[in-house]
Amino acid sequence: MANDSTATSHPKYHLHHFVDAEQQFDSAKMGMWVFLVTEILFFGGLFAAYIVYRAWYPDLFTEASTELNTLLGTINTIVLIGSSLTVAMAIRAAQLNKTKQIAINLGITILLACAFMVIKYFEWTHKFHLGIFPGEFYTYEGIAHPKASVFFSIYYLMTGLHGIHVIIGIGLMTWLLIKALKGEFGSQYYTPVEITGLYWHLVDIIWIFLFPLFYLIE
Amino acid sequence: MATEASSNLKKVQVRRFKPKEEPEHNYLNAEKGIWSWLTTVDHKRIGVMYLASVVFFFFVGGVMALLLRTELWTPAKTFIEANTYNQLFTLHGAIMVFLFLVPSIPAALGNFLLPIQLGAKDVAFPKLNLLSYYLYLIGATIVVYAMLSGGVDTGWTFYTPYSTSTDGAITAMVFGIFVIGFSSILTGVNFITTIHKMRAPGLSWSKLSLFSWSLYATSIIQILATPVLAITLSLIAMERILGIGIFDPALGGDPVLFQHFFWFYSHPAVYIMIVPGFGVVSEVITTFSRKHIFGYWAIALSSLAIAFIGFLVWGHHMFVSGQATLASMVFSFLTFLVGIPTGIKMFNWAATLYKGSIKLQSPLLFIFGFFFLFLIGGFTGIVLGTIALDVHLHDTYYVVAHFHFVMVGGMVMAFMAGVHYWWPKMFGRMYNEMLAKIACLTIFIGFNVTFLPQFVMGAQGMPRRYYNYIEQFQIFHQVSTIGSYILGLGFLLVFIYLVKSLINGEKAPANPWGSRGLEWQVSSPPPQHNFNHTPVIVHGPYDYHQPMDEFQLGLAESGNGHGHADHQDIKIDRDEPNREL
Amino acid sequence: MELLNDLLLPPARSTLAQQTDTLFWFVHLSSLVITVGLLSAIIYFVIKYRRKSEDEVTPLITHNNKLEVTWSVIPLILVLICFGWGYKVYMQQEIAPPDSYEIQVTGRQWLWQFSYANGAQTTGELHVPAGRPVKLVMNSTDVIHSLYVPAFRIKQDVVPGRYTDMWFNAPQPGEYIIFCTEYCGTAHSDMLATVIVHEQDEFENWLAKNAGGASKPADMPPAEWGEMLVQQYACTTCHSTDGTRLVGPSWKGVFGSEEQLADGSTVVVDENYIRESILEPNAKIVQGFPPVMNTYKGTLNNEQINAIIEYIKTLK
Repeated sequence: MANDSTATSHPKYHLHHFVDAEQQFDSAKMGMWVFLVTEILFFGGLFAAYIVYRAWYPDLFTEASTELNTLLGTINTIVLIGSSLTVAMAIRAAQLNKTKQIAINLGITILLACAFMVIKYFEWTHKFHLGIFPGEFYTYEGIAHPKASVFFSIYYLMTGLHGIHVIIGIGLMTWLLIKALKGEFGSQYYTPVEITGLYWHLVDIIWIFLFPLFYLIE
Repeated sequence: MATEASSNLKKVQVRRFKPKEEPEHNYLNAEKGIWSWLTTVDHKRIGVMYLASVVFFFFVGGVMALLLRTELWTPAKTFIEANTYNQLFTLHGAIMVFLFLVPSIPAALGNFLLPIQLGAKDVAFPKLNLLSYYLYLIGATIVVYAMLSGGVDTGWTFYTPYSTSTDGAITAMVFGIFVIGFSSILTGVNFITTIHKMRAPGLSWSKLSLFSWSLYATSIIQILATPVLAITLSLIAMERILGIGIFDPALGGDPVLFQHFFWFYSHPAVYIMIVPGFGVVSEVITTFSRKHIFGYWAIALSSLAIAFIGFLVWGHHMFVSGQATLASMVFSFLTFLVGIPTGIKMFNWAATLYKGSIKLQSPLLFIFGFFFLFLIGGFTGIVLGTIALDVHLHDTYYVVAHFHFVMVGGMVMAFMAGVHYWWPKMFGRMYNEMLAKIACLTIFIGFNVTFLPQFVMGAQGMPRRYYNYIEQFQIFHQVSTIGSYILGLGFLLVFIYLVKSLINGEKAPANPWGSRGLEWQVSSPPPQHNFNHTPVIVHGPYDYHQPMDEFQLGLAESGNGHGHADHQDIKIDRDEPNREL
Repeated sequence: MELLNDLLLPPARSTLAQQTDTLFWFVHLSSLVITVGLLSAIIYFVIKYRRKSEDEVTPLITHNNKLEVTWSVIPLILVLICFGWGYKVYMQQEIAPPDSYEIQVTGRQWLWQFSYANGAQTTGELHVPAGRPVKLVMNSTDVIHSLYVPAFRIKQDVVPGRYTDMWFNAPQPGEYIIFCTEYCGTAHSDMLATVIVHEQDEFENWLAKNAGGASKPADMPPAEWGEMLVQQYACTTCHSTDGTRLVGPSWKGVFGSEEQLADGSTVVVDENYIRESILEPNAKIVQGFPPVMNTYKGTLNNEQINAIIEYIKTLK
């Protein structure tokens, strides 16, 4: 915070209302952390709904969970953890000023995120094919439980909201990739890479909660 | 004497920067044209745009209130249909809560003042700030669209299953509020980061103004509660579009779950509305009594206490909803606990007046209005928190009167005080003090005439949201309606003389009230970047025992990476004798 | 105190109402004492310490821990009393005595139905015996309603998909108003009913007379029975019989008339149209009226619908 260093250098990325680049970096990082708290509460509402319904219909959750493809879920978990690793490597590369590596790692992250979405797409369409739609459009008859549609409604809502976050992440990282290719990031300035990385870790962590809660119910 | 004005314990040479009277350059004339306003990232201009917007929606919501009161003149139909009445009270509530109360003090006054009170040039994320304003506008537009394209008649609480089964533009409405919610979240993120990271050298947490403290507490509630509202409203939309059934008993869902979700946001939202008002009270009361605030830490920390306990009391809206008896007991207990920090504030403010030098200017008059009305609002809150009494009073006019005493009597009075207090700073003009006093009195009288009878008829059993009512209550309704017209006139008068002051008001000096607050140590209106130097803070904003010139210190070397300081201003400052500490 | 009670609160007509009122006055009066005390202090300070000159210097008083503790602890004790007392009375309000007389309540847009163990059924009138605890077991068929009897100081939401209950003991005979206090749509403010408290033997008589339920009393002409049903099912909440415009069209002179519909076409009001309007209310909406009526399919049987039609025919 309070810093009276009389830096007179005025690089392009330095916004005038900050005292120095350090304050700017700290602010951006803190802002993102605060925003992530918001995100957790945003998902928190759905997690609360999940907990309530699981408490009410424990049998339904065990039964309906078998409809989900654990193999695809596992692959997706690995894919997403991998992408978290590569985004961390991109940040490390930025700190070490290896500009080329930043772009490569970001590129891999984007590819992994897309792979996640493709797998998700196949999972969803397979269920649609069976008639497992959310809410009142649910027509599947493979599960005897009368409230079966509620499980899938929550499933679609939570994985859907998570999917939207993955898509936003892909958008952000594509933007970062373009800037990285222009050589705008280096050890002097990599704030956007760092804070997008934070965001991406959150998206990853949420999936790590979603996966056992839906796929691995015994 | 040496001052350690920076965190790395380096001795710095500071000079006095006396604010310039009648500055040629200020944020209002720094850039010209409507486009410069629409694309501005200046927190002061964004604050002013917010101010204009919330005043507009206050007017819209107010007109609706007057229509409602007029309809209630007779027990049966007076001049509008039941459905129109139901839509009007829904929109009055939604507009007042989401478009006026929530953004009013934080987004309008807070945006303008927070960075100046911190000695910063802007908030941490100016572009995000502008985005937040546009999200507010877009959300407001969607709400207006919903209102015109079918209307919404659910009440602002959107209780399921009524809200998922009734006709009307509910989906559009909740989407509009969803968007406004994001605006609120972004403001919260911005303010928290700004308060943590943007404070001027020497401005430690113990020297933070209580207005900033209150905004800090408010922002915490905003970022934690608003996303839950967002997801809840999305669920309503999903329920309407896909029939997901989470709140629908026919599909295995539970309508009471909605109420839990809704009040998890909407009770803390009450504190989003009132806590910034507490901040204004602290500022105004110290300035007009020229005295150090009594119990600085008690007031600052009680805001945080309210913010945290406020999250644990939502169930007191649901004592008769069918929630478990045990839950009701816990929620009632916590509700009483949240009353304590609020009480502490009231006592500390009263103690601040002791041995002060009190001048009854209009901002302070509004604060005294606040004291009276908020005490009633607060104590009737204690009545409603007492479970056995709430069983009788829940959803009657007693509740209506209670929350209007808190929201209008508390929050709007504080907002009026804040606007009157900072008006000279924001626009560089003085308003007519005599008219302001008359308006304050009119509002105070009008308010009491409107809402005191509502306590009585509520206690007698008059339910809220009633288009028709039994004749026994007519006399109370008629008095209340007359009061609402007086109240309306009072607000109209404020609007008239404030607009008039913009046109031909007397020029305001930099510090008309003799305040020690940092925002009063810049010229009126402030320069485009607030400070053309780096302010250095050695005293807190309530240190009235210290000489004024020690509140005007700074580093001439702007040292902030900001190369385009207004040299003319600095030149004039150099005429002042250097003051070494 | 009596006078204040009359001014602020409705007459207390249940065994628990008096306790609620005592608590009501305790909280209000102790609040009043603190409010008056604090406001007097403020007014005194304002007069005593008003600014006499612009150069006044104020003493530096930053805080006082003893005072802070005092004005935290005393209110804390007071609110804890409110909490404990409120909770104690609430527990009594909540737990019905085991020998309570049970009545089933159904809330629907926009009427209250009460069913008794012997098959008796009423709408808009809750008949109960005096001096005996009565337990209402409540459910809604559509949205959330809330049953409120101000004279008994009780209120409970009526929720679709679950049962809620409430109880009271009204010691003396009389009639008291019931409000719906959870907003439930267009005619929410007309969703009223009356509690009629009978002496025990009078209540037994009433109950015996109304045993059975939904068939026509033997010697009653259909139109007359129709009028009874119309009252019972609260049709008149929305449809007047004297030409007054309410939520729905008035029935006065409606039979045989030609009505303009919302879609522009016209319809002659005959038996078929009335029947359809009862069973599928939103199929043909008269222009200028909101499509808010709910179906009475399953609620009214054929015989009842015929009787109502006969009754409407008589409204010339």
